[in-house]
Amino acid sequence: MALGILFTAAVGLQAVRDRQAPLASPGTEHLLYVRSPEFLKRAALSYDSLVADVYWIRAVQHYGQTKLSAGQSKQYDLLFPLLDLTTSLDPRFNIAYRFGAIFLAEQYPAGAGRPDQAIALLEKGLRQQPGKWEFAQDIGFVHYWWRKDYVQAAEWFTRAGAMPGAPNWLSPLAAVTLAQGGNRESSRRLWQELLGSADAAWLRTQARFRLSQLDAMDQIDALEGVVRLYAQRTGSPPRTWGDVIRAGYLQGLPIDPERHEYQLNPSRGTVTLSERSPLNPLPTPEQPRG
Amino acid sequence: MRAIGHIAVNVFRESVRDKVLYSIVAFAVMLIAVSYLLAQLTAGQDLKIIKDLGLASIATFGLLMAIFIGIGLVWKEVERRSIYGLLTKPIRRWEFILGKYVGLVLTLLVNVAVMTAAFYAVLAYQGWGVDELARRAWPAPPMDPALLSAIALILVELMLVTGIALFFSTFSGPFLSAVLTLGLWVIGHFNTDLRNFENVVESRAAAWLARGLYYALPNFDTFDIKAQVVQGQHVAASYIALSVLYGMVYPALVLTGAVAIFSRRDFK
Repeated sequence: MALGILFTAAVGLQAVRDRQAPLASPGTEHLLYVRSPEFLKRAALSYDSLVADVYWIRAVQHYGQTKLSAGQSKQYDLLFPLLDLTTSLDPRFNIAYRFGAIFLAEQYPAGAGRPDQAIALLEKGLRQQPGKWEFAQDIGFVHYWWRKDYVQAAEWFTRAGAMPGAPNWLSPLAAVTLAQGGNRESSRRLWQELLGSADAAWLRTQARFRLSQLDAMDQIDALEGVVRLYAQRTGSPPRTWGDVIRAGYLQGLPIDPERHEYQLNPSRGTVTLSERSPLNPLPTPEQPRG
Repeated sequence: MRAIGHIAVNVFRESVRDKVLYSIVAFAVMLIAVSYLLAQLTAGQDLKIIKDLGLASIATFGLLMAIFIGIGLVWKEVERRSIYGLLTKPIRRWEFILGKYVGLVLTLLVNVAVMTAAFYAVLAYQGWGVDELARRAWPAPPMDPALLSAIALILVELMLVTGIALFFSTFSGPFLSAVLTLGLWVIGHFNTDLRNFENVVESRAAAWLARGLYYALPNFDTFDIKAQVVQGQHVAASYIALSVLYGMVYPALVLTGAVAIFSRRDFK
């Protein structure tokens, strides 16, 4: 009886306190007390692999919380140090190199927008495991997708393709990258190959997402063609999708691969994704570097 | 030998009756089970986290048992004055020390076996129903038998810790014995630094001293193959065999020391 009353009181107090204004954050989320991998490796005694897991979880949480935060200035400043500590404590933590590179390279504010750090992390992985073709492929991929440096990308794809155990599509991909740069078809091919070969579920999800973005870009091009055609035939641009459907150019409201309606800008004749579409932001037009 | 057996069985029975031991094992099993939830917090590598946490739990809770039971083995008998009665029986002092040691090792063996069973149960659950593509991402299968080699070396490490705890308990109180054993365990993980000391100091004498300490102090790092096993790296059988041998010889050394000290103690 007494136990029941006390338990109810404890739960009730917890609930009342939760409803009050929360305690102000002490602001320690952006603090990293230990930054020296050498010190941490010694201090971890025989638990370096477990401590690496802790830092990896912290890196994932830091990336996720920053990405989802509502603040205007998102700071991913701890991401690279956390990943560096993780991979120093456990130099064979392969996912930390591969996922970490994605977190770092992703365009700001969805990611840190630091392809240079992504490449540095993957190169560190390659120093630890020189035969790991996946790291070389990922470096090529960062050059290709984020830096638009197709010469470097082709060079890294070639290097990855020459490593033992590498899939046979890497060398032809290097040739296509060099010849066609970053056109949409070569991008699609890259993502399709990754989708088919990636053994980590998260990488496959990424590949599917990027392929959906490429599909949306194709659909936007086709819809803008339809809008131009409508304007040519009727002498004025359509004001709504209803105008285009009534004229028989479309059979229904155009929706993107994530089932959100495309937005028509009548004054400019352009088509964009809905603001609510998770496919935002679409990759910038392919502008080769140099 | 019969005397050793009797003392060992008594130590085992006494440990089994100890509720603190049950709490430690229950907490370890709970932590191993919770590792499944912890692994959900991350992107990928959930299996690695479960394995890391499972092996670390076995090592840590085993260490706590070895130290906190080991330091009381002799001290309790002296404190309760039961040592006087024991020594009047036809038991030689070395048999007493060895019996205590074997009893605690037996206790550790059973507890590590319980924790290992819980660990494999969580791994089996994690590996159940996972598709082939996801399996390819794992450097080693969930129920990897190689994990047993890491656990075996943890057990050997615990045998060494037990020997050291028992050694200290022959001449000091439980608090000091615990501090000294734990201290030696920590120092034993820095052994590699002692070996490389000559690369950072100019004094030859200091380098020789460091090299001497490297060989004299117990090297606990030699028993740590957790990271390699979790990452699916091959650990040579010769390495494991030599580590096990080292883990037999060093406890023999400290137990000999313990017997020597205990034999000279005057309980009159």
